[in-house]
Amino acid sequence: MRHIISVLMENEPGALSRVVGLFSQRNYNIESLTVAPTDDATLSRLTVTTIGNDRVVEQITKQLNKLVDVVKVVDLSEGEHIEREVMMIKLKASGQMRAEIKRTCDIFRGQIIDVTPTTYTVQLVGASDKLDAFISALGSASIMEVVRSGVCGVARGEKVLSL
Amino acid sequence: MVVRALRDEGVKYIYGYPGGSLLHVYDALFQQEDVQHVLVRHEQAATHMADAYARATGKAGVALVTSGPGATNAVTGIATAFTDSIPMVVITGQVMSHLIGEDAFQETDMLGISRPVVKHNFSVQRPEDIPSIVKKAFHIAESGRPGPVVIDLPKDMTTPTERYPYEYPKQVKMRSYTPITRGHSGQIKKATDLLLNAKRPVIYTGGGVILGHASDQLTELSRLLNFPVTNTLMGLGGFPGTDRQFIGMLGMHGSYEANMAMHHADLILAVGARFDDRVTNATDKFCPTAKIVHIDIDPASISKTVQADIPIVGPAKVVLDEMIQLVKGSKKQPDAEALKAWWQQIDEWRQRHGGRYRTDDSELMKPQQVIEMLSKVTNGDAFVTSDVGQHQMFAAQYYKFNKPNRWINSGGLGTMGFGLPAAMGVKMNFPDDDVVCVTGEGSIQMNIQELSTCSQYDLPVKILCLNNQSLGMVRQWQDMNYESRHSQSYMNSLPDFVKLVESYGHVGMKIEKYADLEGAMREAFAMKDRLVFMDVAVDPFEHVYPMQVPRGAMRDMWLSKTERT
Ligand SMILES: Cc1cc2nc3c(=O)[nH]c(=O)nc-3n(C[C@H](O)[C@H](O)[C@H](O)COP(=O)(O)OP(=O)(O)OC[C@H]3O[C@@H](n4cnc5c(N)ncnc54)[C@H](O)[C@@H]3O)c2cc1C
Ligand SMILES: Cc1ncc(C[n+]2csc(CCOP(=O)(O)OP(=O)(O)O)c2C)c(N)n1
Ligand SMILES: [Mg+2]
Repeated sequence: MRHIISVLMENEPGALSRVVGLFSQRNYNIESLTVAPTDDATLSRLTVTTIGNDRVVEQITKQLNKLVDVVKVVDLSEGEHIEREVMMIKLKASGQMRAEIKRTCDIFRGQIIDVTPTTYTVQLVGASDKLDAFISALGSASIMEVVRSGVCGVARGEKVLSL
Repeated sequence: MVVRALRDEGVKYIYGYPGGSLLHVYDALFQQEDVQHVLVRHEQAATHMADAYARATGKAGVALVTSGPGATNAVTGIATAFTDSIPMVVITGQVMSHLIGEDAFQETDMLGISRPVVKHNFSVQRPEDIPSIVKKAFHIAESGRPGPVVIDLPKDMTTPTERYPYEYPKQVKMRSYTPITRGHSGQIKKATDLLLNAKRPVIYTGGGVILGHASDQLTELSRLLNFPVTNTLMGLGGFPGTDRQFIGMLGMHGSYEANMAMHHADLILAVGARFDDRVTNATDKFCPTAKIVHIDIDPASISKTVQADIPIVGPAKVVLDEMIQLVKGSKKQPDAEALKAWWQQIDEWRQRHGGRYRTDDSELMKPQQVIEMLSKVTNGDAFVTSDVGQHQMFAAQYYKFNKPNRWINSGGLGTMGFGLPAAMGVKMNFPDDDVVCVTGEGSIQMNIQELSTCSQYDLPVKILCLNNQSLGMVRQWQDMNYESRHSQSYMNSLPDFVKLVESYGHVGMKIEKYADLEGAMREAFAMKDRLVFMDVAVDPFEHVYPMQVPRGAMRDMWLSKTERT
């Protein structure tokens, strides 16, 4: 199963490499990874999506917790949560294609954020499967470049991951 | 500042080797006497000495090595400590901070290289942080599940002409690191109920009992319950080896009775043991009828390879103390009837193999005889360090350890070359005790240069070399799995060890007949202030038994070259 694991850790040099190193060292898989400082500049928040059975994911959270730089770990997929990913996608767009793309883009609530006579760059925000759906709706022919941020997520309701 | 911080931490000895990046530190060492430096002949030995000090005392040992090749030479020692959860602080020199990343002379990314084999590592970026980093390093190394910590120290962090405020912190607080101090009472209660209802229980304990100084508690609880106790290779000495309730080591080369008892148990109380693959054999066939209670300070050790029914995260000592109180206060008593039958069964198993070996199939001595003699001559009281191979297994099986922290070997990584420097690290700190390194002619040659360090610092350790003229453990596997094709497991061109050690100023003995063994050994141990190397010729064809059958259950074993369970 796919899991979204959120990690609160010291914003220190080397901290990220410990997390990434742990995944490769222990043969865990990383689907996506995002990391940035939080409102408290001494802390970073890292979100990693991974695929594994319950036992593997339990080991992953335990091993992450063991890292000395890591303050807290939560497996968001264990409860209700919201996930979002940002995608910027550059498309060949000329002639009648332009209207077609615009329509698809509207259906998915994407925004065109850059325009040239022959290209559109579209920004789309949503859960990863929505981004996947947009890509398949476009068909590969017109796609020039895809940039995805990786997933970040937050628990629903009152639950928070903080000190 | 580095030396001062070490002094304030109470460090007496550090083991190391100088080099360019550490010259400022070595100059500071020269100008004081509180922290004594021991100059080894290879950095790997420095880490093993520090490691063995930690294994014998529970306190972190300290090694100091220069950047580049010094640091990489230390990596094996750091990894050895890491896999056995041994507290250690290793300070590695580094090039000037402005040169980092420029492929400078003797630059290696030690943070990157060491990362997978340390509990944590630090890079010093401001000299004024040195005291707090040193304090944190010791705190992290020694608390929780112990482990090695590396401090990477760029040369410009130690410039003697620059002065900074210095204060050694009394305590550390880290929001991201808070080791657990006690177990969950509800879980402990549940576990105790299971213990009191068990009919075929086994207590299986490991390195965590040694590391957590819990052998008194373990012994008391086991006696209260009258349960059989088995130890892992790392747990030997946690329970008295000569006690009637001790059923030997378990696992790949465990005793017949321990492996049989595990397989047939209805309850296993695992304490500070990590269900290693050398213990469990195939996990899907592991102890099919047992409920498992698992006490470990590291949640990641629990249900990692074998699912626990009752996990208890906490220090062994505290959790066992709580169990003892519960058992003492409980109206219900252990099931004496069932235990009687269980002991009868175990004693029957004991009869069946009972650590026997043949002495009639070779002119030469048997390695087992040599270890039994060692146990006798030292009254089971010596510190025994070991290298890796058959001799290590024979020492584990035939030396009866009655006290914790006296059996010092590399279990998880299995590092050949560990034994001699380990013996030196122990002897330095326990000058009045007998310290003996059990080794093979293969392993001893991996750090034999340390005989020179022994001369320099007067370290009268005893070296007992079970010389079978082969990489015996490898050869045994080749005998059993590769139709005796002895590919590269034969040791050709062995040195004359007697002459070799004499050239370093030590005493050498060649022992070829069993009749001479006891006398020679007693003579060697009587030479309190000399290093004595006993080169004992043993049967090169001997195998270690029992030996579990690959991919089988605990009970599936070879008992000799011809008998299988
Ligand atoms: C040639 C060779 C053959 C071997 N054959 C065998 C064999 O037959 N049998 C065998 O047992 N081993 C054997 N080994 C060793 C094996 O590889 C492992 O090193 C060993 O089994 C692990 O021991 P352990 O489970 O006690 O764990 P350790 O590595 O000692 O780990 C200690 C555990 O205790 C926990 N712990 C630490 N401190 C505390 C505390 N205060 N409270 C509670 N828990 C704590 C840790 O988190 C960890 O889980 C062999 C090794 C070699 C080289
Ligand atoms: C550094 C290192 N290299 C290789 C091995 C693999 N290995 C395990 S036991 C062994 C043979 C050891 O020979 P010896 O020291 O003579 O001991 P014996 O088994 O003969 O008693 C080898 C090569 C190891 N454990 N460590
Ligand atoms: Mg040998």
